[in-house]
Formats: sequence, structure tokens, C-alpha cells
Amino acid sequence: MPEIRNLTMNFGPQHPAAHGVLRLILEMDGEVIERADPHIGLLHRGTEKLAENKPYNQSIGYMDRLDYVSMMCNEHAYVLAIEKLLQITPPVRAQYIRVMFDEVTRILNHLMWLGAHGLDIGAMTMFLYCFREREDLMDCYEAVSGTRMHATYYRPGGVYRDLPETMPQYEVSKWRSEKEVQKLNENRSGSLLDFLQDFVDRFPACVDEYETLLTDNRIWKQRTVDIGIVTPERALELGFTGPMLRGSGVVWDLRKKQPYEVYRELDFDIPVGTNGDCYDRYLVRVEEMRQSAKIIGQCINWLKVNPGPVILQDPKLVAPDRESMKGDMESLIHHFKLFTEGYCVPRGEAYAAVEHPKGEFGIYLVSDGANKPYRVKARASGFAHLSAMNEMVQGHMLSDVVAVIGTMDIVFGEVDR
Amino acid sequence: MSKKNTALLTTLADILGERLVSSSDALHEITIEILSDDLLSVMRLLKEVESLQFHQLIDLSAVDYLEYGKADWQTQSASSDGFSRGVGATEISDSVEKSRRFCVVYHLLSVEHNYRLRVKCYLGEESPRLHSVAEIWAVADWYEREAFDLFGILFDNHPDLRRILTDYGFIGHPFRKDFPLEGYVEVRYDPEKKRVVNQPVSIEPRTLVPKVIREEDWLHSSKSLSEVEDA
Repeated sequence: MPEIRNLTMNFGPQHPAAHGVLRLILEMDGEVIERADPHIGLLHRGTEKLAENKPYNQSIGYMDRLDYVSMMCNEHAYVLAIEKLLQITPPVRAQYIRVMFDEVTRILNHLMWLGAHGLDIGAMTMFLYCFREREDLMDCYEAVSGTRMHATYYRPGGVYRDLPETMPQYEVSKWRSEKEVQKLNENRSGSLLDFLQDFVDRFPACVDEYETLLTDNRIWKQRTVDIGIVTPERALELGFTGPMLRGSGVVWDLRKKQPYEVYRELDFDIPVGTNGDCYDRYLVRVEEMRQSAKIIGQCINWLKVNPGPVILQDPKLVAPDRESMKGDMESLIHHFKLFTEGYCVPRGEAYAAVEHPKGEFGIYLVSDGANKPYRVKARASGFAHLSAMNEMVQGHMLSDVVAVIGTMDIVFGEVDR
Repeated sequence: MSKKNTALLTTLADILGERLVSSSDALHEITIEILSDDLLSVMRLLKEVESLQFHQLIDLSAVDYLEYGKADWQTQSASSDGFSRGVGATEISDSVEKSRRFCVVYHLLSVEHNYRLRVKCYLGEESPRLHSVAEIWAVADWYEREAFDLFGILFDNHPDLRRILTDYGFIGHPFRKDFPLEGYVEVRYDPEKKRVVNQPVSIEPRTLVPKVIREEDWLHSSKSLSEVEDA
């Protein structure tokens, strides 16, 4: 009889189900995991150190690149921390725009997660369905900031510019006939808000579609029910936040409990799980998408009837507009100073957190009164979640590791920073 | 100062007594400072006392105060040939208090009472070490590994204190302020050896925007530049 012994297996860093560059060292007894040791840091770029060597505004774009599937939420925490130190509040319209884009980002993130999670455990169609809707939201990013991913749209004191009156249009090409283009551009004839309204109207039906494919699917349930169970007490000790915490049944959402911006004015519900397994976390996230659509709808209604400034008119903090810069000496000086030196932030320290799609994303800023932050620490939810990997996969089969990685919604941009 | 924060400050003063070195409420955030020797007992209390229940360690980070408050460019005083032009990085002097160079910062959250708390613990320059809190909050395991990796702070009784973010075989603690931004080594592929090799870094250090400290509180004044000049 052959000798039976434990096997050490290397998983990743180049593995399609590793969601980036995760390297796992798995100690296995047959097909059962005895210990998992995640090796991270393969995507470490020293974002925090880089940010300490740049004026405040130059790092906003770096924040997009932390969790690169929920870009604007990262910016939001960073911008909030600066605003806290400066003790300024952006105009209400800017706050509504931020909330609206936070929720657009939440849907973007959850669609990416649902597609990838589904693909990992065998539901290929999900990926295609999710990316179909994701494309429309990417177009919103493009319309408002000019880029589809790394927007750099939020600024201390507001947002970079007001919402556009037109949407980018599809053009006739070798691959697209005039008739096709006309159909594609149908809902793009109005402003960004009209386009988003159209999206919000049809999105719940899309979520129903995803749910038809997964929620009662026997294979999906076999792969997710009772996998990676975390009790509420343990979830708190493991530093879980966001859907990971709510999946375990803890009622905690920063948008409700410590509301920032205008979340206090909006009507939405917080879904909570009961069993704390992968399936519950799936249900929580799917419901969050529906709630996000609801919030976006309310923001659109407010934004349509309340025009106004979207950024503070403080020349020491916000660059003057192009026109006055060309004609007015004082504006020119302000512009020059802002772009060569930036602005100085009063001494002190601040921690600002937002309810990021993945959990609590916080920025801890220490300022010594200079034009660059003295210390920036990004509190990434994925880092805390991944540290619980060992505990969550122990005793499960190898194929469940993939389900657990999926359910954590890991993105290495924020884990490695 | 909100009522809730005042209440929390009073509770903390009652419970911690002499172990509370200092406490403050700035920007609606409560910060307390404790001594490194008291760390474990204080943290246990914070987690277990009924009126606090800080069940979550949201974040643990380290700060290196070596260059705190030092600018590359003096804006207040001018010499005979005008203001200084900061083009290089600040020279590090010995003026920092060596016993307070490093600081480990804990951000705690109480889900039950909806409190947030920042606990700071200062450490000296010579072999900074602190007791691990991994036995109180499991999540501290990785956070402490990160602080060890990036700042070289040692945590006693840590279950597995290894590097976490930097490369295998990395030397030094990159987030310390005396570690250059460019680092010391770079990697490249060596076609002869047919593997990736380390070599001394080839890029020149340069400062794009000098660090400037301006204490004036012009940010909230809506005064225009001409008014400031008149004053």
C-alpha cells in the first residue's frame, strides 16, 4: 500500500481564479485543506509612500488605482480626509453627485464581482451578462471624467466639473451599420442624467435575470451554501466590514450608522444575511445592487431640479476657470501657485472612511502643515478579509478555495497597495 | 465637540485612570495616548468593558515622525539673496526626540455603541518593539506583519512575524522616512544568467515639488490677494 502523506500545493500567482496576483501555499490532506498561507505583495507599488512625496491633489489619481474596480469610492475617502483636515464642506450638489457616483461604482464593482465569482465556479454566462450592463456604467464614467476607469473626478471641495449635457455616441464604422448605431444611441440622445435614469429603469429587470440564473440554481447552491461560514462574533474579530460582515448577520453600514455626504436624506435598505456563508454574501450583494439603483434614482431626481455650483469657489484650493486665468492676473497667480506648489493643509490627523463596495475603506492622513501629506495610510477592506483566508478554507475542499476567494471580492490593487 | 464624544472621553478617563497619558477630541475624532507597557491591559479593557465594546480593530498603522514639521524650503525668512530654493530633499537632523520617533496607531470601532477611537503608542528609535494584539483581535496578525515589514517595528508574541508586502529577500524597511523613495536596488532580467538579478538603483533622486510649510490660515479667508497685500 502506498504511503499517504500531506501535500503542499502552490496556487497562483498566475491563476485565473486568483483574481490577480494571489499566491497561496496550501497544505493538503488529500483534497482537504489543512492550512492556507496567502503570499501577497506581488502588486505592492508603495502607493502610500508615493503619496507622501506629492502635493495632495496629485495623489487623487493614485487612489483610483488602489481598488481598480471601484475607483471613485477610493477617491472619495481620500478627498473626505483632506476636507476633514481643511474643515470644508462641498456644495450640496457636489455631495449628491458624489453619492450618485458612489452608487454607480458600487454596481460596477458588484457586477464585476458577480461575473468573476460566477465564472470561477462554473457559471460562464454570468460574466457576459454582467459585462453588458457594466459597459453602460463605464460610459457614465467616461461622460463625466473623460476616462472609463481612473476618473480622478472628486476633488477636495467638490467634484471636477458639472454633469455633462450630452452622452458620448456610437459612430458608424466597418463593423456597425447606421441602423445598429441608431439603436445603440437611442438612450444616449439626452443628458447623462437621462441616460442614467434609463439605466436605473431597466436595471432591476437585469438583476432579476442574474437571479434567475443563479439564486435557485442547484449547482450554484451546491458550490456556495455552507461554504466559508463565519459567525458574527468571529467576523468582527477578523476585521470584516461591508458585505462580508453583513453576510454574517451584523447590521452595520456606514451609510446608515455614520452617514457622510447626503446619505441621511436618502431612502434605502441594508440587506443582511443569516448564515454567514458564501450564498448569503451573494444574496446580500445582489440586493445591494437593487438598493444602489434606488439611491441613484433619488439622486437623479434631486440633481435634475437643483442646479448650482459643484465645487467650492476658493481660489486657494480650487484652480480658477480657464477664462479668468487668461484675463485676470490674480487668477493666473493662483493657478501658478496651485500647480507648482499646491495648498498647505493645517497640522493634525484625520481618519475618513466610506462604505466602499467591498467594506470600509478608510484613509488615515497625518499632516504637518505642509503641501504634501506627512503620512497616508489606506485601510483596505480586502487586506483584512484576505487575512482570514486560512480560517475560512480550513477543512474545505480545494475547489472551495476558489469559491472563498470569489466571495471575499479580492482586488489586489487595494490589498497590496 | 459632540455629546457622544464627551461621554466617551469621560468613560475612557474613568476606566483607564492613570494609564491614559493624554486624550484629545479634534475634528470629531477621539485620540488617546498610552504607554507601550500598558498596551495589552488597556486594549483588553477597551474590548471587554460593557460600556465600550471595541470589538473591531479597523486599522493598525505606524508613523515615522523623523521629518515631521521639516520643510525643504523656508518660507518665513529670507537671506540677503532672497528666499531659499528647496531643490533637494530635507537633510535629516538629530533634533527629533529619539524616544518618540515611531508611533503605532490603532483605529478601533465599536459596532454596539457606534464609537470610533484612535489609540496611539509612541516608540523609541532604538529597536522599536511592542506587544502584539493578535491575541485580542485576530486581524492584527497581518496588520502587525505590515508594520514590521514597512517600519521595522517588532511585535512580541506575534504568531508569525514575517515580511508581507515587500519582495522575498528584501532588505530594509521602506516606509521609514530615511529610506529613499527610489530605494536601493532595482531588478532586471539578465540574459546571460537567464534569471532576474538585483543591481544598485540607477535612477537619480529628484524632488518635483519641494515640501513647503505655510502656517498662515488663508484657506478659510475669502480675502482676495490684493486685500492680503494691503494688510
